[in-house]
Amino acid sequence: MLLADRTVQGLTVALVVLIAAGFFIPEWMLNQLLFGFSRALAVLGLMVLWRTGLVSFGHALYFGLGAYSVALLQKNWGVTDFFLLLIAGVFVASLVGFLLGFIIRRYRDIFFAMLNLAFSMILYGILVKSEPLGSTDGFAVAQPTFLGVALEGTPGKLALFVALCIFGYFAAVAVQLYLGSTLGRLTTAIRDNDIRVEYLGYSVEQAIHVKYVMSTALTGAAGAFMAMALGQVDPDSMVNWTASGELVFVTILSGPGSVAAPFIGSVIFELLRTYAFELVPYAWQMIVGGTLLLIIFFLPGGVWSLLSRVRGARTES
Amino acid sequence: MSAILRVENLQKTFGAVTAAKDINVDVDAGEIVGIIGANGAGKTTFVNMVTGYLKPSDGRIRFLGRDITGLAPRHVTRAGICRSFQVSQVFVTMSVFDNLLTALGIAESRGLGMLRPLRRAELLDRCEQILERYGIGEYRDQPASQLPQGVRKLLDIAMAVVARPRLLLLDEPTSGISVEEKFPLMDLVMEALKADDVTVLFIEHDMEIVERYVGRVLAFYQGEIICDAPPAEALVDPKVQEYVIGTEHHRETHAPVEGGHA
Repeated sequence: MLLADRTVQGLTVALVVLIAAGFFIPEWMLNQLLFGFSRALAVLGLMVLWRTGLVSFGHALYFGLGAYSVALLQKNWGVTDFFLLLIAGVFVASLVGFLLGFIIRRYRDIFFAMLNLAFSMILYGILVKSEPLGSTDGFAVAQPTFLGVALEGTPGKLALFVALCIFGYFAAVAVQLYLGSTLGRLTTAIRDNDIRVEYLGYSVEQAIHVKYVMSTALTGAAGAFMAMALGQVDPDSMVNWTASGELVFVTILSGPGSVAAPFIGSVIFELLRTYAFELVPYAWQMIVGGTLLLIIFFLPGGVWSLLSRVRGARTES
Repeated sequence: MSAILRVENLQKTFGAVTAAKDINVDVDAGEIVGIIGANGAGKTTFVNMVTGYLKPSDGRIRFLGRDITGLAPRHVTRAGICRSFQVSQVFVTMSVFDNLLTALGIAESRGLGMLRPLRRAELLDRCEQILERYGIGEYRDQPASQLPQGVRKLLDIAMAVVARPRLLLLDEPTSGISVEEKFPLMDLVMEALKADDVTVLFIEHDMEIVERYVGRVLAFYQGEIICDAPPAEALVDPKVQEYVIGTEHHRETHAPVEGGHA
């Protein structure tokens, strides 16, 4: 029944193709995909919130928690195993998300967005003022080991890429199943009319809490993968409000149409940023900002809606 | 018959304003009760307290012998009391079918059951039956935002009924409905509710509707029940004539659009 879902079929084909392609593509492209797919996990979580009518301007908090969990476990306890590092990143982010969720689930609209931002800036403040936590410089992160096997350089990156593809696949399938469940359907229902949801017999706050924790777990995983892919954690690129803004940017760029959209949107963002930086090193943000404007004006449903339009046009012709 | 709803000494104050004063009502299973009163008489406050939207300042509400005073709306719904709204509360971006399916999915799920797929055969079949029973099958795939007012009302009521409530409270089911549509709509709703054996309390400003469909009238005035009797008696009661029907007549002759908050 699961494989009858066209989205799951598409994801399965994409998984096989991507893993196979990983062995042939140049390293710079592997890096772009690693960064893009890492960020996509966070965007997948934000997409669930966005479908519920909620936008968080502070999910860099969980991105940072995932990343710093990896870095601190390596630095202080010598843990290098990929699986342990990933589990730690997800666990810490989702635990904090679960606890803060009791407060955050009571707020909507701009208050939801800004409360998340406030919490993320508290972590940012702690990190930049704390030497044991790396202060403004952060830490270097070594490549992880896989079941005791240390892979250096490109083979290590390839192994991480394969792990990221598999994790991303299961995360996307899980979100797809969730969105098809009664609880998942409450995303649109709550956005449309939360009073009605209460009068149908379900707690809106509880539904939001579940979605919130789900998004924090995914963002924690994103941070953990990014730390391992980048080999570095630092507060400015991972916890500052600009990092949260980037996640929201990619969510808008991707669109809420499909669980595959965050992966496509994130890779486009990585490429856009890289080439914008090469083109105008001191004003690359202008190109990124201009792209956001174009998306909002002409593609409010994100790049996924463009794909849907192309598919629709082909069907008509 | 035994009372399924027992309201004892119910009070609600907002600062210095008393919206409900010492309300005592028993509603038996199977009754159809009409709640009438001018704007601000306390009708919707009463319904809001019974359905958990407002917490009473004092008094008790018992349903099927259980104290439900002050419970949140979702707990009241799970206890067996559902409601529709004066302004239809539907999921505007969803189709009619998806509105019903979502309502049904919530009604039929508990705990981890909420993670079961929503589009499962037994729910889809029941949705088709409900669409047919409420005569809204032709609007099946239309977004709720594009529905005519009457269809929206029917959808709102159908969504309240999918949880198979023992008691249903309808807040002005014919408000905003044209004169031509109101009787067919009420016939349809009452027929469907009779099939489900639901006890009904409904707020109504239209005395023709009250006369035709209810077996008992509760007339509200300034937060109190001033008359509790069958419609034939209630509608000729001097107090009801003075404080409710007179006001209604005044309202209808001065306001072009029927309806309004109680």
